[in-house]
Amino acid sequence: MTTTTNPEPATRPAASPIVNTFTAGRLPSYAPWLVLGTAILVAAAVFGVLALAAGSGYDWGGAILVGALLYIPSIWLFSMLVEGRRRAMDRLVTALVTGAFVLAMIPLISLTITVVTFGLARFDAEFFTFSMRNVTGEGGGALHAIVGTLLMTGAAAVISIPIGLMTSIYLVEYGRGRLARGITFLVDVMTGIPSIVAGLFAYAVFSIFLGPGTRTGIAGAVSLAVLMIPVVVRSSEEMLRLVPNELREAAYALGVPKWLTIVKVVLPTSIAGITTGIMLSIARVIGETAPLLIAAGFTASMNYNLFDGRMQSLPVFVYTQYANQGNPPEAYLDRAWAAALTLILIVMALNLIARLVARFFAPKFGR
Amino acid sequence: MSSASTAIKAKQRPGDRVFSGSAVFAGSMILLTLAAVAIFLIVQSLPALFATSEDASILPTNFWAYVGPLVFGTIWAAALALIMALPVSIGIALFISHYAPRRLASLLGYIVDLLAAVPSVVFGLWGIGVLAPAVQPVYSWLVDNLGWFPLFAGPVSGTGRTILTAGIVLAVMVLPIMTAINREVFLQTPVLHEEAALALGATRWEMIRTAVLPFGRSGIVSASVLGLGRALGETMAVAMVLSATGAVTFELLTSVNPSTIAANIALSFPEAYGMNVNVLIATGLILFVVTFAVNAFARWIVSRRKEFSGAN
Repeated sequence: MTTTTNPEPATRPAASPIVNTFTAGRLPSYAPWLVLGTAILVAAAVFGVLALAAGSGYDWGGAILVGALLYIPSIWLFSMLVEGRRRAMDRLVTALVTGAFVLAMIPLISLTITVVTFGLARFDAEFFTFSMRNVTGEGGGALHAIVGTLLMTGAAAVISIPIGLMTSIYLVEYGRGRLARGITFLVDVMTGIPSIVAGLFAYAVFSIFLGPGTRTGIAGAVSLAVLMIPVVVRSSEEMLRLVPNELREAAYALGVPKWLTIVKVVLPTSIAGITTGIMLSIARVIGETAPLLIAAGFTASMNYNLFDGRMQSLPVFVYTQYANQGNPPEAYLDRAWAAALTLILIVMALNLIARLVARFFAPKFGR
Repeated sequence: MSSASTAIKAKQRPGDRVFSGSAVFAGSMILLTLAAVAIFLIVQSLPALFATSEDASILPTNFWAYVGPLVFGTIWAAALALIMALPVSIGIALFISHYAPRRLASLLGYIVDLLAAVPSVVFGLWGIGVLAPAVQPVYSWLVDNLGWFPLFAGPVSGTGRTILTAGIVLAVMVLPIMTAINREVFLQTPVLHEEAALALGATRWEMIRTAVLPFGRSGIVSASVLGLGRALGETMAVAMVLSATGAVTFELLTSVNPSTIAANIALSFPEAYGMNVNVLIATGLILFVVTFAVNAFARWIVSRRKEFSGAN
């Protein structure tokens, strides 16, 4: 191999015989992994020496983190030496971009592990069958919060689904001119209303009409509806716009009135997407804390009546258990984590079901 | 959609009138709701705007002296979050759109979206229980070694619950929306531009720098502004993580931290009474005005580029 009669090596140093001219001057494909492994090993060794010197426990997370940080300049250096400035820059950016993704995964993974490990301590039958009435210290549960969350989110859905759906129908099927443009703009802006402002709004409305300091479940539901409507409008509008115009025109050609076309043709075609959007919007508002804290307050007792008295909800339960710790504090923190786990499970389930609905009930075009 | 119906007047049946009437009614409800939000907040906050410490016990002297530090804290925390989240979100968006294997891309995007599904109160618990203890040693190292730098001036906070920690939590929370928008614009880069750059011998980074980033610039700007809007209004995570004293300071690592409007409302509202309630609602009105302006600005940038279909 090295003794071929290639004229090229004459101009190069004899110490680097060319094996393959296409890969010459390039790092081999395993080089990044090799450099990464070495960097982590070096960092692990340094951390080991430090741990021995300080006599403390070994910090695995720190070692891997420092190793990964060490990888970025070292791959740049190796590439600079072998491949030149431009490819070194390319490798540097690849490392940084991949690093950004890994960095975003750290909180997600850490959060999942934390919530599951701490949450399982009180994730038992008592947690789902008891309220916090007359409970101090250990025991008790979040049944009142789960019931409150279901009632208030349900009421918010009852308010916002018809309004949101009809608004999106208006925007897609009827809307022309200034009103439609104004609504589109305001829906976009409404998406950005801070949740606590929605809570203040509901509190202000109900305290003007029912006297100051009124906190009821329905006020919480109204504040959630304010947050939910724009999400429903956005997603339904997108789905309605996906319905092919040919379907509408075929219905009109058969003499079907416009409203029947919408009810019988447009909506059935897009119902899967609309359902998905609505479920995702429910998943978004079910975790809202601030508006419910303001508008619905918190309580330790069961309350099935939306129109009378304060109502507890799961996110507010998490917050109040954390904020008003009694004795022993672990019991309160365990309940908070268990409620957080319940909340995350509900949100994940809603997300998952929404995606499944979108996949399995999607309209089938082009047979 | 149905341009034929405008040219030829279709016969109006009762069903049509009811249906289109209710559609218009629902659309107007949106306008009404937003107007009601503004009106009710203004009505409730008017008495507070001219209140003094004699009327409301939480005011130091007058309303503006109370709200000033809060506005500062809100903007400062949101700015910190944006500074951290912007480069990371561009990185993630580039990774998903141009670096990751094509088959994995949508799955990775879904994983990033999972971050958006975590309720803010859970982020708050995590910030106190995990993040703050984890970053506290880093903070004390920074104060010991880089304390001469004004932002890192000591004494270091013993709990780690500083404005910087709150900024990190906020950054994590605004990442998904910023990433989603950036990803969408990066994917819309004309493939011909990318291929032309590659055909001229550009490396992948040079292709991104010359074709993808210039094309996505306005998308990046609107993503940042929308992320800023989210960060300004985020409540519970900040209320729980930040141990605020209400001071106006740029120092990141001490136990003296400014509070934010939203967090202050959440912490003070349950115990508020009388005129204090109106004062808190008035601060909420200011937050509403600020976020409304920020969001309207973002939408204006998006609408200047017609071909970009919009956020979310």
